[in-house]
Amino acid sequence: MKAMVVDDSRATRMILKRALSSQGFEVVEAADGRAALDELTKTGPVDLALVDWNMPVMTGYELICEVRARRELDRMAIMMVTTETEATQVQRALDAGANEYVMKPFTEDVLKEKLLLLGMGRE
Amino acid sequence: MPGIDAADAAFVRELVYKRAAILLDEQKGYLIESRLQQLVHEGVSQSVAALVADARSGRGEASVRIVEAITTHETFFFRDVEPFEALKKTVLPLLLPPGAPPRKLTLWSAACSSGQEPYSIAMMLLEHFPAAVAAGARIIATDLSAQILAKAREGRFRQLEVNRGLPAAYLVKYFDSAGGWWTLKSKVRALVEFRQLNLLDRWQLEARPDVIFMRNVLIYFDAATKRALLERARQEIRPDGALFLGTAETTLNLTEGWSRVATPKSAYYRPRPPGAGGLP
Repeated sequence: MKAMVVDDSRATRMILKRALSSQGFEVVEAADGRAALDELTKTGPVDLALVDWNMPVMTGYELICEVRARRELDRMAIMMVTTETEATQVQRALDAGANEYVMKPFTEDVLKEKLLLLGMGRE
Repeated sequence: MPGIDAADAAFVRELVYKRAAILLDEQKGYLIESRLQQLVHEGVSQSVAALVADARSGRGEASVRIVEAITTHETFFFRDVEPFEALKKTVLPLLLPPGAPPRKLTLWSAACSSGQEPYSIAMMLLEHFPAAVAAGARIIATDLSAQILAKAREGRFRQLEVNRGLPAAYLVKYFDSAGGWWTLKSKVRALVEFRQLNLLDRWQLEARPDVIFMRNVLIYFDAATKRALLERARQEIRPDGALFLGTAETTLNLTEGWSRVATPKSAYYRPRPPGAGGLP
């Protein structure tokens, strides 16, 4: 399984990458939505993308809209991982096509439990 | 963190065994210490030593608070996912065959802690079995601890709690949020009836349960108590009912009163007819 971590914080990318690697994922990184989209366009869809909301250049929300508009990328599962904690924002992300949503701060257990909901990861 | 005196730890172990039949081995010293420290932080007593002294002399509610603090276990929404999938995809479709008038389901969450398990079942019923809800389905949720039941009844959870195991779609559909708290809507809370119950005492469930969730409970008990609880559950459950145990729990080597039904990633148990039970 291949995953992409999209977050402008290098520290957060490292934490997420480590957690996903321990769940058996091969992980690539991107520092904003545009970089993620360029990489996906070049290499094709990943199985799972963990996407921050607030990033420079292109936000995570915009990235989700772009991915869901492209048939060749649409099969990806997308989990938003963000400091946005309002119910309206969660709803917006789901409406745009996010499959799951994690509110920061979170623990590695939170991530594992969300992966199980998506039928991914190790039990 | 100040430690706990060895004699005090032994007293607490004996107290918890007498009141709740839960065996705490010597390796569980950290658990006793951390849970009693929490009570001290909450202002129940000046120190761990004073708390244990109060329990020894029968002062106030010290012994009740100690037993409750130690027997309360971690929980989260849709824990392990699979039991809830099996309930949704296998067990409930068998109990609610298409075309038949929906039966009035009773589901029992036998050690519900702060409520995530019964509320997960309630949300799943509302989402996938609205006819069963309309027919009067209810969830009886019991726990030993009065304090944790008070929290459960509120149906109010912090962000970290709703982050754990809860599908985001359910979060926005079944909760209201305000000031960092997420509160379950009344239609979810209305399906769950919380009651204090020590599993070692008489069970007064009124209706025989169709489904029992007794998950992550047996692991704390000795073999004789496990066997007794499984036999009582078999007498209590309806003949076509289903029992869900924790991932690390089984009826194997305890009783032949239950037959194991494998699901894609786990299992549940069906009661065998009376007379089939007893020791393997």
